[in-house]
Amino acid sequence: MNAPNPSGWKPAMGSAVFHGSPTASGDRALMLEEPLIFELGGRGKCGVDIEAPEHDPLPALGKFLRRDPLALPGLTEPETVRHYTRLSRQNYAIDLGPFPLGSCTMKHNPRLNEKVARLPGFADIHPLQPQSTVRGALETINQLAGWLIALTGMDGVAMTPKAGAHGELCGLLCIRAALEAGGDPREVVLVPESAHGTNPATAAFAGYRVENIPATAAGRVDLAALQARLGPDVAAVMITNPNTCGLFEADLKAISGAVHAAGGFVYCDGANFNAIVGKVRPGDLGIDAMHINLHKTFSTPHGGGGPGSGPVVLSAALVPFAPLPFVSRTADGQIELIEEETAGRDHPRSFGRMAAFHGQMGMFTRALTYILSHGADGLARVAEDAVLNANYILRSLDDVFDAPFGSSGPCMHEALFSDDGLAEGFSTIDIAKGLIDEGFHPMTIYFPLVVHGAMLIEPTETESKAGLDRFIGSMRHLAARAKAGDNELKSAPHFAPRRRLDETLAARKPVLSWQGDREQA
Amino acid sequence: MRYLPLTAADRSEMLGVIGAASVDELFADVPASARLSGPIAGLPLHASEMAVERHMGALAGKNVSAGSVPFFLGAGAYRHHIPASVDHLIQRGEFLTAYTPYQPEIAQGTLQVLFEFQSQVARLFGTDIANASMYDGSTACWEAVAMAGRITKRGKAVLCRGLHPHYVSTITTMAKFTGDMIDYRAPKLDAAPDTAGVIAAIDAETSCVVVQYPDILGRIPDLAAIATAAHAHGALLIAVVTEPVALGLLEAPGHLGADIVVGEGQSIGVGLNFGGPYLGLFGCAEKFVRQMPGRLCGQTVDAAGKRGFVLTLSTREQHIRREKATSNICTNSGLCALAFSVHMTLLGGDGLHQLARLNHARARSAADRLSRIPGIRVLNDAYFNEFTVMLPSDAREVVRQLADRQVLGGVSLGRLYPDAPGLANGLLVTATETTTAEDIEALAVALEGVLS
Repeated sequence: MNAPNPSGWKPAMGSAVFHGSPTASGDRALMLEEPLIFELGGRGKCGVDIEAPEHDPLPALGKFLRRDPLALPGLTEPETVRHYTRLSRQNYAIDLGPFPLGSCTMKHNPRLNEKVARLPGFADIHPLQPQSTVRGALETINQLAGWLIALTGMDGVAMTPKAGAHGELCGLLCIRAALEAGGDPREVVLVPESAHGTNPATAAFAGYRVENIPATAAGRVDLAALQARLGPDVAAVMITNPNTCGLFEADLKAISGAVHAAGGFVYCDGANFNAIVGKVRPGDLGIDAMHINLHKTFSTPHGGGGPGSGPVVLSAALVPFAPLPFVSRTADGQIELIEEETAGRDHPRSFGRMAAFHGQMGMFTRALTYILSHGADGLARVAEDAVLNANYILRSLDDVFDAPFGSSGPCMHEALFSDDGLAEGFSTIDIAKGLIDEGFHPMTIYFPLVVHGAMLIEPTETESKAGLDRFIGSMRHLAARAKAGDNELKSAPHFAPRRRLDETLAARKPVLSWQGDREQA
Repeated sequence: MRYLPLTAADRSEMLGVIGAASVDELFADVPASARLSGPIAGLPLHASEMAVERHMGALAGKNVSAGSVPFFLGAGAYRHHIPASVDHLIQRGEFLTAYTPYQPEIAQGTLQVLFEFQSQVARLFGTDIANASMYDGSTACWEAVAMAGRITKRGKAVLCRGLHPHYVSTITTMAKFTGDMIDYRAPKLDAAPDTAGVIAAIDAETSCVVVQYPDILGRIPDLAAIATAAHAHGALLIAVVTEPVALGLLEAPGHLGADIVVGEGQSIGVGLNFGGPYLGLFGCAEKFVRQMPGRLCGQTVDAAGKRGFVLTLSTREQHIRREKATSNICTNSGLCALAFSVHMTLLGGDGLHQLARLNHARARSAADRLSRIPGIRVLNDAYFNEFTVMLPSDAREVVRQLADRQVLGGVSLGRLYPDAPGLANGLLVTATETTTAEDIEALAVALEGVLS
């Protein structure tokens, strides 16, 4: 067994912990509390100097004029900057340390991406400008599309979906359109129990009935059970590869073959494409559609919950049905945007439009910048290091935490543990909250559902070995505390900006917007 | 490879701990026939920061940016001045590089912002509540139609003629798969929207009426009259706001009877970005909260009694309810919501009102100047910062010729309605606070040149 944290560095805590008396401000040095803007700001304050209109033109709005002034607080610029800066310090972020949320892929966000996305030629162009004035934008979309097609070995790509779940919907709608065009509409989509919740939700949204596919004891899709269920009613099978247990679906090619033989399509959830980019092309495994979360594999920032971007690579059978707008190269080499205006001629079987405009251009520029930085060689190294880091965590912790699939071989980009073996009354949540006190963001917890008290750890390739060793040291420490029944762990976190929050109260008596002024009135 | 911290020594030491001879052994589950033996042929190899910046800069340089020419485009995406502090604040790593706030004890920054954002949107729209954002206005609009179907258990949506055609397409696409019936016709070139026509289309099967405010031609529909008619038939009114700055002057849709208000929040804090990422706004009456899509942030207390915020009512959502969820949405537009919220905080209610007055004044100046050009007529009775002008010839060609003269003159109705030749001479013109008197004069002179 390796020694945890061999580099040896450790923050010195001092011998005595001082709790002290309450401060008059309620703040404690760099631990700063911050009121709501509604409690800070007032009418008549403004952080923007706005020119006075040259003339008073309101008659043109007549009867539609607002009766009462808008009850929104304003702040000057210094107050605004301080408010949000103080709030920002109550957030954990990848810029602060490891963020090992399994399946979410929190990797470093290169700042060149941010710089490029803000060039006026990308950030300050309107989606409905004449095409002659946005040639560079169309070429950018086309270059990224070219990379995505090459890296996946597929035939085409729909660039418009706005996030992974929107991409899933795009893929399923392509499948549904293709089946209906062939006069063979079907009703059922098969989804493994370990799938992301978006998979069954998407299938239901697309009008399908969802049925589960069982898994084997080794954490993979049960091929025999799947084959037994396939039939003329099955439109598609949605498979995540590598799957949410962090394992490669070794039978995927056989699964694809069986699904195709039964007249169905294979949708692959590409949330975990970062594990295999540059190492395997999903197209070689027989899939028909796969979304790629640019905010996972290709490093665009998660931004506290988006925006994402979910282009969908497609097989030749599905390309004709891809949504509008669609970018393609004309015979004379020009890159043309196909919209409704020319779709009748150039893309007549499209299932339609899924959103206004062209998709997440601001994410395309960032993703292409990242892809060009790594190149084909660097992207393969990305997958290798991500898988190496995950296996290092798996083997550095599998003697203190139960690794349900640890004996079946190496994992891919994430290591999965269960809460088996902790002391009575201790569970995954306690390890997670203990990690917060240790200065780390917790892993994904209680997902996938197929493992009891799941802890899914995805370090990504951008963690250093020293960083991993510190994390491993903390995890081993927490395992020991949870096994010894250390009750202080049950009430962790103790050192975060907030203690455990009452989620039951929030759901039972929802307070979803500020009502302070109304209560007083 | 500047983004990869592992050294060769690290890798071999780690392989030793794992008990593998090589990294390739870790990919043992991948069938040998599918494993690539080296970098994919024909693709470039890794490149320096400087080289990549040069490449991307060249691509950006092939576009005409809105700020470099007189610019009058709108139609669902608007160019406004964004204060410098907005972009500075959203680039703080604690916001930019955080995830969805699943661990609230260390995500109070994001959560409090979302609570403030929800409160701002609800007040702007005049609704009880608002969610933590959707992808964009068009998808928020579709989700509202689906939500109305769940609430009323009816399957027919009446879309007003003035709804943005891309929003109509998005709804129509989705309806093909869910079986909803969509009642829609392209707009007529009248000075005011067809209120009577919308009301006449509402019947006992109607789940919702979807009305854009101001509409795609810049006209302002009578929401209150439509709300009364919709409610009389047990249908919901969904108001769609693609230019939220307008609400600095116009009455909030929620105060005029709208049950659900959705919108595109890009105008406040988010740049044009060639169409995305944008920000879907979604507000509604509190009684409908359990049917609402998307994330919600709520107030609560922590174990020590301090106020704090959490994501709540997640039993509506896909990660809990799976196939029974109200929507499949997961990632939304968090960072754009932050940008909106910061910009809205800088403005405040008074600032938004001033900004709206300035937008309207500039649009009035533009309309006055353009209507003095022979052969050009302004269609609208009322408008906010966008209006329709009727040209003597196909506006698509005029827009192209204006671009050749370095003027981005507006959005032609032919681009938006290729199947409606009767609309082809219409041009949508938008003016905002960024539009100067010189810009307006440049457009007028260029138009005179093109049309002469």
